[in-house]
Amino acid sequence: MLKIDEKLCIGCGICEEQCPFSSIEVVDGIAVVGDACTLCGACVEVCEVEALAIDDGGKVVRDDLDSWSGVWVFCEFTHGQPASVALELLGIGRTLAEARGVKLSAVLLGHMTGDCADRLIGHGADIVYRIDNPGLELFSDDIYEKILSELILEHKPEIVLAGATAIGRSFIPGVATTVDAGLTADCTKLAIREDDGVLLQTRPAFGGNIMATIVCTHSRPQMATVRPKVMKERAFDGERTGTIFDVTPSARQLTSRIKVLESVTAAQAKVNIQESDILVSGGRGLDNEKGFELIARLAEALGGNVSASRAVVDAGWIPYPHQVGQTGKTVAPKLYIACGISGAIQHVAGMQSSETIVAINRDADAPIFNVADFGIVGDLNEVIPKLIAKIEEKRGS
Amino acid sequence: MKIIVCIKQVPDAREVRLDPETNTLAREGVESIMNPYDQHALEAGVSLKERCGGEVTVISMGPPQAEAVLRQAISCGADQALLVSDRSFAGADTWATSYTLAQAITHAGEFDLIICGKQAIDGDTAQVGPGLAMRLGIPYATCIQKIRSADEETIVFERMMDDGYDVLQSGYPLLMTVVKDINEPRVPSLRGKMKAKKAEIKILSAEDIEADPACIGLPGSPTQVVKVFPPEPRGARAILTGDIDEQVEQLVEKLKPYLV
Repeated sequence: MLKIDEKLCIGCGICEEQCPFSSIEVVDGIAVVGDACTLCGACVEVCEVEALAIDDGGKVVRDDLDSWSGVWVFCEFTHGQPASVALELLGIGRTLAEARGVKLSAVLLGHMTGDCADRLIGHGADIVYRIDNPGLELFSDDIYEKILSELILEHKPEIVLAGATAIGRSFIPGVATTVDAGLTADCTKLAIREDDGVLLQTRPAFGGNIMATIVCTHSRPQMATVRPKVMKERAFDGERTGTIFDVTPSARQLTSRIKVLESVTAAQAKVNIQESDILVSGGRGLDNEKGFELIARLAEALGGNVSASRAVVDAGWIPYPHQVGQTGKTVAPKLYIACGISGAIQHVAGMQSSETIVAINRDADAPIFNVADFGIVGDLNEVIPKLIAKIEEKRGS
Repeated sequence: MKIIVCIKQVPDAREVRLDPETNTLAREGVESIMNPYDQHALEAGVSLKERCGGEVTVISMGPPQAEAVLRQAISCGADQALLVSDRSFAGADTWATSYTLAQAITHAGEFDLIICGKQAIDGDTAQVGPGLAMRLGIPYATCIQKIRSADEETIVFERMMDDGYDVLQSGYPLLMTVVKDINEPRVPSLRGKMKAKKAEIKILSAEDIEADPACIGLPGSPTQVVKVFPPEPRGARAILTGDIDEQVEQLVEKLKPYLV
């Protein structure tokens, strides 16, 4: 419960202003909490007289916290290779493991994984648990969940990280439930708190309007999924050594109650915008579907790919795999050119890690300019053709 | 077929903006709505019922005001509604929420299929659906974009993946979470609206569902929010000057490192 110390409260109303859920109101000079309170703590943070506190009602602390040790990274392996997010996770995992003075382990699930385990060691893992089996060729929540949960309960790592991909976001919540762990989705920042070694997990909430830092102090493991393209992978080091343990899954683990009949790779998904160095992105300002022809020409001139805002994907102008943002993909290209995109916070959440951001928009007040390194206020139909001509001229010279 | 659809009342995140001056959430005029993904879950449930027979029960955990989205669900074809509501549920994370919903569903009786939206737009975690299935001991599949066929015994559907989709087949009981591509939610009919007005919404408290106090609300939540802050501003907001030709010239100059 949110406790309000009526003796300390001065009725200043700062908490009322800060509450994201409109759940505090100052009545007769005292803050009063309403039903919509989610105990998010935004008010506690801002109260200048420390009149607010959250009472956790006596959480039960696991009594074996200290017996959980080590950092684990789940390595997704599909279509014959590890997902790039797995290597990114080893990068941040290495940092966390060193801060904790523990080992970094990777769990590799898949079929015909080849030299992947060695690659994971080269990218930072000390130990690789390799489960290589024909039964793991296609993703199954049931099977993946059982294998990872049982490995976690056997080895007791203190931290488990996975990519916030379709696969990770699907089976990791199942694992967290089985092993009784707290799980934070879609983290964009991870760090170790110095005082007590707890994992600080930061993620966007409320459609990216607020950032929240979350901890699990009372239970282990501390689990988090991390959005792709947010963390940096380490350069491959062929000299690194590590240990590979081959784990054989049992017949029980390899049974699923849901059958995969077929796995279809969509043609339109062949260009993965997450892997592009240059993206030219179109939004509502294009006026209609035809506008993407212009976007495609600019992308071609730059040697990049085409992406889009949610509004135009919803309008059916371009398919979903091109969508950037909170409900689409997170991208971090070297160059991102936003054309006719207003820059809603949900969109910005998906592209703000780009190296250079250019915005072209006819509305000078569009929020996209707040995140842009260079902005042009103008009509796309005038600006883009000129831009293409100029780029081609520069290339020619 | 007995179908349960889980729905959540959320603030309309599309309307929520940061006030650039105070850096707080400008929330005036922000409406509470049925979580958009849940509207698709409801439509999936109602159309399955229409195809295979059976009934649809909608269930929501939330404050008393959440009754509004349950009535909306009835107007769109749900047969009955349960509101799981108790002050002691406040502060629940996805672990405690899935426990609470599992208790409520167990209390409500038998079911064949549970349908949830992929995620709620306020938290965006996508964790409650899978957590709920695990607690009920039933299989689950997330991000379903299409139901290909369904009868009393078997259901075949497509799961959206990062680079395409998988075709899955399952029996019952089953929990699935759905994405927007699965259908176009219907608009409530006049008859539906009348029914919704009169419908009795059953309210279940923590005691009614025999919830363990240590597993609900803040005490039952392993994750704890320690800090909330506005996203860091990025970018220099450098708007180029001059006429369009001059601006384009300057921009191409700046983009030189990328033109190789």
